[in-house]
Amino acid sequence: MEEKVSKLKEEALKQIESAKNLKELEDAKVKYLGKKGELTSLLKMMGSLSPEERPKMGSLVNSAKEVLEEKIKEKEESAKAEELAKKLEEERIDVTLPATKQRRGSKHPLNRVIEEIEDLFVSMGYDVISGPELETDEYCFERLNLPKGHPARDMQDSFYISPEYLLRTQTSAVQARAMMANKEKSPIRVIVPGKTYRREDDATHSHQFNQVEGLVVDKDISFADLKGTLEIFMKHLLGENTTLRFRPSYFPFTEPSYEVDVSCFKCGGKGCNLCKQTGWIELLGAGIVHPNVLKMNGYDPEKYSGFAFGTGLDRLAMFKYGITDIRLLYANDVRFLNQFDRKD
Amino acid sequence: MILSTNFLKDYLDLGDVDLHELAEKMTSLGNEYDSCSPFIDTGKLIVGEVIECKEHPDSDHLHVCKVNIGDKVLQIVCGAPNVREGLKVIVALDGTKLPGGEIKKSFIRGVESNGMLCSIAELGLDSKFLKEEDKAGIHELPQDTKVGEDAIKSMGWDDGVIDFDLTANRGDLLSILGMAYEVGAIYDKKVKPIDLSHKEGKDINFDINVKTDNCSLLLTRKVENICIKESTPEMKEKLMASGIRPINNVVDISNYVMLETGQPLHFYDADKLSGLLEVRMAEENEKLTTLDGKERILTNEDIVISDGKRAIGLAGVMGGLDTEITENTKNVLIESAIFNNVKIRRTSNKILRSEASNRFEKGLDPNRTYMAIERACHMLEKYADGTTCKGMKVYDNSQKDEKKIEITCKNINNILGTELAKEEILDAFRKLDFKVESKNDDLLIVSVPTRRIDISIKEDLIEEVGRIYGVDKVEGRVMNLPVKKGSYDKVTREIRNKMVNLGLNETLSYSLVSEELSTMFTNKEHKSIKILSPLTEERCALRQSLISSLYKIYEYNKTHDIDDISLFEVAKTFYEESEDSLVEENKLACLMKGNYYLGLETRKVDFYIIKGVAEELLDYLGYNGRYSFIQEGKIPADMHPGKTALISVNGETVGMLGRVSPSVCNDEVYVMEINLDKLLSKQVGKMKYKEISKFPTVKKDIAILVDEKISAQDLQKTIKNGGGKLLQESKVFDVYTGKGIPEGKKSIAFSIELGDSTKTLTDEIILNTMNKITENLKNKYGAELRS
Repeated sequence: MEEKVSKLKEEALKQIESAKNLKELEDAKVKYLGKKGELTSLLKMMGSLSPEERPKMGSLVNSAKEVLEEKIKEKEESAKAEELAKKLEEERIDVTLPATKQRRGSKHPLNRVIEEIEDLFVSMGYDVISGPELETDEYCFERLNLPKGHPARDMQDSFYISPEYLLRTQTSAVQARAMMANKEKSPIRVIVPGKTYRREDDATHSHQFNQVEGLVVDKDISFADLKGTLEIFMKHLLGENTTLRFRPSYFPFTEPSYEVDVSCFKCGGKGCNLCKQTGWIELLGAGIVHPNVLKMNGYDPEKYSGFAFGTGLDRLAMFKYGITDIRLLYANDVRFLNQFDRKD
Repeated sequence: MILSTNFLKDYLDLGDVDLHELAEKMTSLGNEYDSCSPFIDTGKLIVGEVIECKEHPDSDHLHVCKVNIGDKVLQIVCGAPNVREGLKVIVALDGTKLPGGEIKKSFIRGVESNGMLCSIAELGLDSKFLKEEDKAGIHELPQDTKVGEDAIKSMGWDDGVIDFDLTANRGDLLSILGMAYEVGAIYDKKVKPIDLSHKEGKDINFDINVKTDNCSLLLTRKVENICIKESTPEMKEKLMASGIRPINNVVDISNYVMLETGQPLHFYDADKLSGLLEVRMAEENEKLTTLDGKERILTNEDIVISDGKRAIGLAGVMGGLDTEITENTKNVLIESAIFNNVKIRRTSNKILRSEASNRFEKGLDPNRTYMAIERACHMLEKYADGTTCKGMKVYDNSQKDEKKIEITCKNINNILGTELAKEEILDAFRKLDFKVESKNDDLLIVSVPTRRIDISIKEDLIEEVGRIYGVDKVEGRVMNLPVKKGSYDKVTREIRNKMVNLGLNETLSYSLVSEELSTMFTNKEHKSIKILSPLTEERCALRQSLISSLYKIYEYNKTHDIDDISLFEVAKTFYEESEDSLVEENKLACLMKGNYYLGLETRKVDFYIIKGVAEELLDYLGYNGRYSFIQEGKIPADMHPGKTALISVNGETVGMLGRVSPSVCNDEVYVMEINLDKLLSKQVGKMKYKEISKFPTVKKDIAILVDEKISAQDLQKTIKNGGGKLLQESKVFDVYTGKGIPEGKKSIAFSIELGDSTKTLTDEIILNTMNKITENLKNKYGAELRS
């Protein structure tokens, strides 16, 4: 009997070991440990043994059973793992094939610059406002101290659509609108980015272009404040090493007026083709709001002063992204647009 | 304005100031320049004497010369016909740079040549100044010229010129005197007086008459017995350096005095006038032949000078041909006047821009009008042997007093943001030659010289102090203003961000388009707004729809073989509602064509993709459940009628989307446009958390057979009514026509989700609800339930 158990155990272990897959393992399990299995039937034969032999045999068979069960379990797990591995191997794909994705969009470089400027000035407490592009002669010129007959408002420089209406030539028109709209005549801090139009079209001028205007009206605003503000503005946009040069100039809506040059962003001021060897690039017009402009738009020049500035955005965008031809900004070639599809 | 430093030195002791430094200092004072160079921009040229001149052995026109240049004698081959022994000449040595190139020692037909003898043309003088002899042969220097000297210096041509690009308000700087005051302020030098002295002869016999308000000052003097000849070399040099061609002494004097004083003068041949000078407005279609020989047709907006019989000059712009100074002129009538600057500008823009009109446009100082006429008499006496008649005919309605402006030091420091001491401020005014009366510690009364017509208020004086003190010396500072929150149009930026995230490229296009394009993709219900004087027909009208611009961009890209195009733009469109009502609207437009999903399995843009873009945007903005797509209604003729829908929010049409009509383009191009003003005026509820139901929902699928014209949207509305509060969602998941479906019908399948947030639905309620839904569909649309 003892010998029988041991032989059966050896035989079963061999069969379990040689099982090639889960099916063969299951077969071996049924053959030895199933209800009618060989080891099970040995247990069933226990009744025929003497009461002395019974516990001895019992433990012998049970321990053989445990060994077999253990082995089957072990074998089962490895077979399962093998089968899974095989299945996974079969499911292998080429991860280098193209991804399925939606087209990626992009934001126009000019609008990217506008957003950057907006974010800077909003952080300094300015409101970003807008005004009509189809502007009245009154707001575009008269309220900015440009009376009729002034050279800067010639018919040939502006796109008039009637004697009173024209496409705005400057975002400055919104200065007057901001002051007139402020019923309490309280302090103003605004910037106005937007489209502007002039009756000229050549290699360096587009008849439609973009400007940003800034206006601050408050108590005791001075040229030093304007200078400090533009320094922050230009350094933010063009880099901390940028220096500014203010030159007295003339604009009807500011007095004193200044033209503002920045150190050439290409050569850093050493002199190159871009700056025509001068080291400077003329970028902004600025000044202290003319008392007539304050007066005409309801602010008392004895109580308030202010500064205003304006700059063209097309050139700034071109510089920032290294765009060499202004026409690219308006051609909307998809190969151009696609290049602005990521964060700055 | 071109400034000759030689000319400037007549009125200012400048010494040897560096030209470039002067130009830069003027720039920092607000006077930009375009160019700055010596009048004759060459390397050093030497005076030489031809001491021997022989024919070249191998040429019929070249000469071999021995030229003494002081320290040595050079052999130079010269081809000029006028070269001869004893001539004093301009010599360019080996290595000298000339406008035409560098002179190099060479062999000319086998004979060594160590330089070049120069003509005037070779010095780079502007071609308008060149006479025949300047081009034909080498220049012949006066015999008393010293050999070995700097040739340009000996000719008096060692001048520096700066071409200034002046601001419109500084008319005073269009004169040497004005420049002298400005430069004098930089170098702290006094301006020298101008010589106006002259004798007077017999009484003037001449009358004037001003018949228009557009002339505020008219002065005339007569100078008799003048002698026409060539001007002195000095005068000619100053004129040429200033960009004006010398003609003869009398004409040159009128230009010279204009350059000095800024006051344009006109000289008439007095013997060709009737004895009267009249200023009046031209008659409509009045004709006048100007100095340049052209007949001009005038309007009643042009100011003319007449002798009582006929127009003899276009005031402020150009004189008439009939009365011009000629070689035979004996007696000159000088006119010095001020005309309305706006009228002059209009006339000169129309007819001709001249040195004179440029100065009249900017405005003139009446005291200079007087100064200029006296100066002209002085010059005509000195250089043309003329005798000035006694008396001047004067019509004077001008304002000649100095303006007095009160200002405080505090005013100045407040605006500049400086802490200038009173002495510093007074010093600035002194340098400018402005008289200041100082009442008390702070108050100043500044007298502004009449030449500075640009200064009229306190702020103008503040600018002057700032300029002279030095703009760069003012320290920039951070404003001391209360902290406040800034704001911007967040919604528009979010819309643009959303479109970028949906895979579209943002464009930037022109508002101005052709007239035809301006109404494209609209129902052509409105007139386009047109430009009065457009640059081109391509850009003559304002677009009514952004789609037209995107469509043009699509065409442009197509020609570059780009197939996958998805574009959007947020911009304004315009139309004329009525004559006095022009409408400007903010719009969003998209255009999509080609592949939208990329990879191994691409997906081409179709109606449902662009509709998806629209829905994504509307849902993102919070309009979920408030919008619908309407296929009936007015659709632009440029759109495919079967593949276009109007977008309706809260029952109002806010835009449209669909395919561009095959009559416009064969490609499958899909477009969308939304009026953002209309859309964003619709209120959106606040984003708020809604309790998630604890009770399960039930999904039921039904397929029905209906007429193929019935829209899914209508069926869904009916399902919603039938489902009532229990309906959570209904989705179309299949549409089928064809085999097994009767002609004119379609099978459409919905997945319907029912639920109640307060309880679990019983089978009975579910069945009843589903029955109600199918019953409604049957009653309203004759829908048959398919099993």
